[in-house]
Amino acid sequence: MSTQNNSTADGHSSDTHGPGGAAHGSVKEYVLGLLISIILTGIAFYVVMFEVVSPALTLVVILATAVAQVMVQLVFFLHMNTSSEQIWNTTSAAFIIIIVAILIVGSVWIMSHLNHNMMIGH
Amino acid sequence: MSSKATIVTEPDIIFGKLTLDVIPFTDPVILPVMIACMLGGIGLFALITKMGKWGYLWNEWLTSVDHKRIGVMYIIVAIVMLVRGFSDALMMRAQQAFATADEVGAGFLPPEHYDQIFTAHGTIMIFFVAMPLVIGLMNVVVPLQIGARDVAFPFLNSLSFWLFVVGALLVNISLFVGEFAATGWLAYPPLSGIEYSPWVGVDYWLWALQISGIGTLLTGVNFFVTIMKMRAPGMRLMQMPVFTWTSLCANILIVISFPILTVTITLLTLDRYIGTHFFTNDLGGNQMMYVNLIWAWGHPEVYILILPAFGVFSEVTATFSRKRLFGYTSLIWATLVIMVLSFVVWLHHFFTMGSGASVNAFFGIATMIISVPTGVKIFNWLFTMYKGRVEFSASMWWTISFLFTFTIGGMTGVMLAIPAADFVLHNSLFLIAHFHNVIIGGAVFGYFAGLTYWFPKATGFMLDEKLGKISCALWTVGFFVAFMPLYILGFNGMTRRLNYYDNPEWTMLLWVAAFGAIIVLAGITVQLWMGYVSIRDRDQNRDLTGDPWNGRTLEWATSSPPPFYNFAKMPKIHDRDEHQYKKDHGMAYEVPENYTPIHMPKNTWCGIVMSGFALMMGFAMVWHIWWMAIVGFVGIFASLIIYSFERDKDYYVQVDVIEPLEEAHLVHANPTGLRAMQDKKSSLEA
Repeated sequence: MSTQNNSTADGHSSDTHGPGGAAHGSVKEYVLGLLISIILTGIAFYVVMFEVVSPALTLVVILATAVAQVMVQLVFFLHMNTSSEQIWNTTSAAFIIIIVAILIVGSVWIMSHLNHNMMIGH
Repeated sequence: MSSKATIVTEPDIIFGKLTLDVIPFTDPVILPVMIACMLGGIGLFALITKMGKWGYLWNEWLTSVDHKRIGVMYIIVAIVMLVRGFSDALMMRAQQAFATADEVGAGFLPPEHYDQIFTAHGTIMIFFVAMPLVIGLMNVVVPLQIGARDVAFPFLNSLSFWLFVVGALLVNISLFVGEFAATGWLAYPPLSGIEYSPWVGVDYWLWALQISGIGTLLTGVNFFVTIMKMRAPGMRLMQMPVFTWTSLCANILIVISFPILTVTITLLTLDRYIGTHFFTNDLGGNQMMYVNLIWAWGHPEVYILILPAFGVFSEVTATFSRKRLFGYTSLIWATLVIMVLSFVVWLHHFFTMGSGASVNAFFGIATMIISVPTGVKIFNWLFTMYKGRVEFSASMWWTISFLFTFTIGGMTGVMLAIPAADFVLHNSLFLIAHFHNVIIGGAVFGYFAGLTYWFPKATGFMLDEKLGKISCALWTVGFFVAFMPLYILGFNGMTRRLNYYDNPEWTMLLWVAAFGAIIVLAGITVQLWMGYVSIRDRDQNRDLTGDPWNGRTLEWATSSPPPFYNFAKMPKIHDRDEHQYKKDHGMAYEVPENYTPIHMPKNTWCGIVMSGFALMMGFAMVWHIWWMAIVGFVGIFASLIIYSFERDKDYYVQVDVIEPLEEAHLVHANPTGLRAMQDKKSSLEA
């Protein structure tokens, strides 16, 4: 849709980062991100393969490393931060996470009540 | 409707389930409609051919990427579908008026036909009347209000429109070929599953919604980007006109909620086509999950419909009270709060499904809270009118009628939000009366106010004000006569969707309701007549200055209709009510010293052709004609690929095109300024 970007260029486009306003990361950032990702993946594999802790704690650990993995990739690879170029992406992501959390947690809550009261699976 | 005997279980390799028997030649209700539609279609085709307008239609409208033309086409289709959906309403009211337990018997509609009518009525009115009216108004108005030359993705806009048309066509084809769903407008399983709806009705519903829903999703993305990225220089978020703000919130809701609809009906499609059990009890499926998911989309959907209407009322009230809108900031925040809260109330559509006290209490309270920001808005409009010089134009009539009607609807909504009360009122006519009260008295009155208000901007001439006021009066009176009896009947225990009832005490009130529907019919007739009269007398009612109402926002700074590039010079924004600010400071209609070429997108065949293939695919999937579905599917992607290799998508509008168009406007809007500029130019040349 470069057509439209151009047609408004005489008006108000001050975007120097090209379409989408994506920022470029440094090599250091990418390497750091890669290392942290590998470490987090390693921890997850370690606790599962060598059964070092109880199954319940294993579940907690792999969930926590998974969430941390998502955050690391968002920050280091997709450059999501609070700079003026990225603030809209970060805001939208935060908003979407809230809404999706509402929908998923809400649905789980509702369905567990419904299943309990309607005796599904009994 | 065709009997169950015609159901083909083993699809033919060429024709799928399609046979000649599926066309209801013998039905006394459908046959005349079918003949009338065919004659009308042939007549229209012949008329266009005789006038030699096919080229004009193709080049100027069908392939257009101009947001104003796409908006007008949305509204035209919506009005056609309104007539169809309202015919369904009249048939339902007539059926219930006649279907008492006396010698007259069970009315004139057999159950399987009546069930299709109430399903079609709901589906059409929400998806193919209310949605296109909202999106049509957004198309016409939003880019003008923010000072943009088109939407962010003009081709996508054309595609969205044509995908929506495919959905509307599928619903209409189902009237004459086969059947429509008989499940209610949200098609709850297991009734909508293959076991209880074995024929094609639910499939028509699925594909019509799926295809038009994707169009709506694309519109949401398009307008979100347009509003975020293409505002005129200087327009901060808190300087956007209220209609643009409410459209932004509606589009955010579209982007978040429509994927839920897409996924939910995809799962139902899989249940019906390949025998999965997402929503049937076998193999661990759960039909309650469908209800949960469909309302997780459905509740935001009603705010998609109402928020832009709130925007219209804000614009209309400020313009005709000759004042700045009272409490702009509070109104914007109220809109944002409603936008977020609309995601935490969906369970109130199924309080009675058995979720228990804690869940019901949470969602009941959340629902009551949502009435607070809505109440804030009512006071915004009231205080805007307070001490203003209110001019009672037709759009103001709709607004005032809305304030009364919607407040009543809102109060019955708070009643329904109490779970204990909902156990009495759920699925009763009280509920029907409530949601018609807020959708007609809130959303639809808003669209009519907006149509009246922006009609001169879109077309260049005014709608007849007197007929507009008469139709507003008829709609308002008709609404109350039609729906107040339903509140009472709901309290008396009459449930919704009854084809037949055995309580003679209800008959009287149902006759009153039917009479109310007749009054609304008179209102619609007056509106159609108003359209005819206004077009006939257009030369007496031209809007030459582009600002017929003494408007406050940027769209009134252009001519009516605006030139296809909207603004020759990008406006610089100083104020929330930019056009009013410029008029107050003597800066309106400045004559620019020179014009520069404008970069614009070219029209494209791709939207209508892709949608043609989508129609082919949808129809083929309904009838299990697999080869045709594959052709349609391949055609969709082939068109898109061919389109993406086209390089010639844009052009520059040259100054010699722009100058006469601008001067034709300025000669009425700012004659002295234009003359001074022309004198200056000719003296320079001399």
